[in-house]
Amino acid sequence: MGSNIALKEDDIKGVKMAAKISIPVLRIDAREKAGGWTHYIADYEFDNLQHGRFLRSERARAKIIEIRKPDFPEGYYYIDASDIPPGGKNNIQMIKDDWRVFADGDVRYIGETIALILGPEKQIVLDLLNQIEVVYEDLVPSFTFQDALSCKGGAIHGTDNIFAEFLLNIGDVDNAFPGAVRVVEGVYETGFQEHLYMETQGIVATWEDEKITLYASSQCPFYIRKSVAGTLGVPLGDIRVKQAATGGAFGGKEHFPDVIATPLAVAVNKIKKPVAMIFDRIEDISFTCKRHPGRISIKTGLDRDNNIVAMEIDTLVNGGAYESSTPIVLQRAIIHGLGVYRIPNARIHGRAVATNTFPSDAYRGFGAPQGLFAIEMHMSHIADEIGMPVSQFKRKHFIKTGDITITNAKMHDDVKLPGMLAKIEEMSDYSEKVKKYEDDPLRGIGLSFVNHGGGFTGNGEQAVIKGVVKMKRLEDGKAGLYVSVVEMGQGLQTALRKIASKELELDYLDIVYDNPDTDIVPDSGPTCASRSTMVVGFLVQECAKKLKIKWDEGVGAEAEHVYTHPEEFVWEQETLQGDAYPSYGWGVNVVEVELDPFTYEVKTTGVWAVWDVGVTIDETIMQGQSSGGVIQALGYASIEKCELKNGAFMQRTMADYTIPTSLDFPEVHTVFIDNPYKYGPSGAKGAGELVFDAAPPAYAEAVQNAIGKRIYEIPVTPEMIMEALR
Amino acid sequence: MKEIKFVLNGKEVSVKADPLKRLLDVLREDKKMTGVKEGCGEGECGACAVLKDGVLVNSCMIPLGAAEGSEIITPEGIRDTEKGKCIIDAFGTAGAVQCGFCTPGMMMATDALLTQNKKPSVDEIREALSGNLCRCTGYDLIVKGVQIASERGKDLW
Repeated sequence: MGSNIALKEDDIKGVKMAAKISIPVLRIDAREKAGGWTHYIADYEFDNLQHGRFLRSERARAKIIEIRKPDFPEGYYYIDASDIPPGGKNNIQMIKDDWRVFADGDVRYIGETIALILGPEKQIVLDLLNQIEVVYEDLVPSFTFQDALSCKGGAIHGTDNIFAEFLLNIGDVDNAFPGAVRVVEGVYETGFQEHLYMETQGIVATWEDEKITLYASSQCPFYIRKSVAGTLGVPLGDIRVKQAATGGAFGGKEHFPDVIATPLAVAVNKIKKPVAMIFDRIEDISFTCKRHPGRISIKTGLDRDNNIVAMEIDTLVNGGAYESSTPIVLQRAIIHGLGVYRIPNARIHGRAVATNTFPSDAYRGFGAPQGLFAIEMHMSHIADEIGMPVSQFKRKHFIKTGDITITNAKMHDDVKLPGMLAKIEEMSDYSEKVKKYEDDPLRGIGLSFVNHGGGFTGNGEQAVIKGVVKMKRLEDGKAGLYVSVVEMGQGLQTALRKIASKELELDYLDIVYDNPDTDIVPDSGPTCASRSTMVVGFLVQECAKKLKIKWDEGVGAEAEHVYTHPEEFVWEQETLQGDAYPSYGWGVNVVEVELDPFTYEVKTTGVWAVWDVGVTIDETIMQGQSSGGVIQALGYASIEKCELKNGAFMQRTMADYTIPTSLDFPEVHTVFIDNPYKYGPSGAKGAGELVFDAAPPAYAEAVQNAIGKRIYEIPVTPEMIMEALR
Repeated sequence: MKEIKFVLNGKEVSVKADPLKRLLDVLREDKKMTGVKEGCGEGECGACAVLKDGVLVNSCMIPLGAAEGSEIITPEGIRDTEKGKCIIDAFGTAGAVQCGFCTPGMMMATDALLTQNKKPSVDEIREALSGNLCRCTGYDLIVKGVQIASERGKDLW
């Protein structure tokens, strides 16, 4: 145990294994997937299937002067904005509808869809695509934060290129700063990140029973339905979406499938034949959304006793050419801007800017990883400046139950960070190693703390989503579960079955759940925001209780449950004030590294994680989330470099955008602590994104601890380390 | 177009196609073996892994012509065997399966490893899986799955 960490009995209270529901079961989908029986969208067969390819913009910002097309053979089509039926719109209904289905008259980013080329033979479609010539008149593009803020080339969005701007404030920052005896400042930058789900994007749109039906690799079938209905100008019920087994998503299949589904639906509406669009990997890396790059400036004032008295944060995220979910990503970035710390006077200014780059969108963490990286590194930099151990300085400022958050609400959670710190000390020997590596130029260790709000920010769950779930007694003592949240690898099919079966006192295998079909299931909301287990799982639990009461009515007995917001959580959307989240997951990570003095490559030699996710619904599934989230985050922090050159991503293949292999990082040693949340199923809180948040700052702190130079940016590449050591 | 003969999952087959057609496409399109997945199409990810004369290869990098006279085993050729069942069950026990897109390839890599080395160490397992990318699991539980398969299947390989 490290000498500067006082371990109190209270600290480790609650550090124990969780409830009975946590006992692992065999995942329902394991066998079929492992043996290759599971059909993903590219494995489906359709009669008379047409193959589509997009004609894409090759320019970041230009007028389209002319499109020269070859003669199309019989049965081959060129579909563009003119094919959208009367009453429809050339816009994709996401949160806003600024993203166009087809570029019309001008293009705003490289890869923007101009038209859809389709026909029965893939090769002929490709040949036709290659013969099309688009004549552009280039305009001045804008790529960087500086370009965007100075409206280079004229505004892309509105009059100022600002998609969203928010200001959060607690205490009195202006009066507090003059009282500071020391001020520390830093600017922290994070890069694009590609989701790199193993299964590329893919949708097949068909004409079935006089209805457009889409089979999609997707997180949000109801989002697709909404966007397609909006584009075609038809009632929602005229569109049917069936989720296909989804080979990973991580946010990349939240809104982006709408960008594929809408042009396909326009084509099917016209030709009444099934059309497939399955991206190859180069297309997927080059032309899908990435995590928002962030630039976060922090200025902190300290008093004589090294307490933080004031903090001012300026947050910028790059939204790309269209808005998509950018404002909500920005909200999450700033609401997580103070990390796990109690700061009496703080102000956070956030802006999301428009550029002529591929639109950024949801990626696991949804803005929080950017904000948390910045605050964690900054806290370590302050500790360095005042000569206090990082763990001690961070711990000194831990937020506690009842403290005020950045949105002027009380922290409702029972915050168990001190106990979690004690646990990770015991597991990793962190403080001893800090001392040991002080004079070692090649070894280092880092420690990070994070929290992550579960569910939609603010009033999203009650005002926007209003999730509904249904259950029904079936034959043979089974129960049907009807929800719109999907299995995408995270284990939801199994977790929801466990939750429902516990209440109904059935075997989890007796709960029947099929991949969502919008004609069958109610809209329980999208699969995102760490809400599926916590929020929808709770609806399932409550619904199962209702069905239990009606069980004796016999086969066909039904129950429904609709989301109601717990009264003690209050939120004002206009001002972003109140309880931003009903509960948070909490995490502590330690990462240990060793530097190669000749190549500046960093080898990770140890990774530890302690999480508070309330209660695990399945300990093994959550182990998988922890290892998977942490390793994906370590990729983000180290090797996943994604750069723009003149508006195009330079990394186009899996050879030049590299993700972690089994050799790149060691085992993640994980422990979950028990801290039940009363509105979560069996006490569970959100978990899927939390497990991503903590590793990047822990890794960067480990590297700076090794090299003795501060790090302000991820990914931390060997080139950066070489520069730093020069 | 050329007629190419090879042994697929124990049966002699003959395919009339461009000898430059990717074995991956022949398996998926002509032979409907969709347990072979396309993850990258450039030999990086291992989702399309098959055994060619007992060696783990990426079928996206093998032109059909190069398969002439060889013995190809796909996930379909292994999943119902004792070895296949052992790996699948071990993966299930370990929690090695998440989205599942990489997993058939992981099964092939595991079989190739255990054929060479019945009781591999963790380092040897990580080395053997390093050509198969997974974005969900962080590999820990797949490594555990291979360990369990090695223990349970000590008489199989």
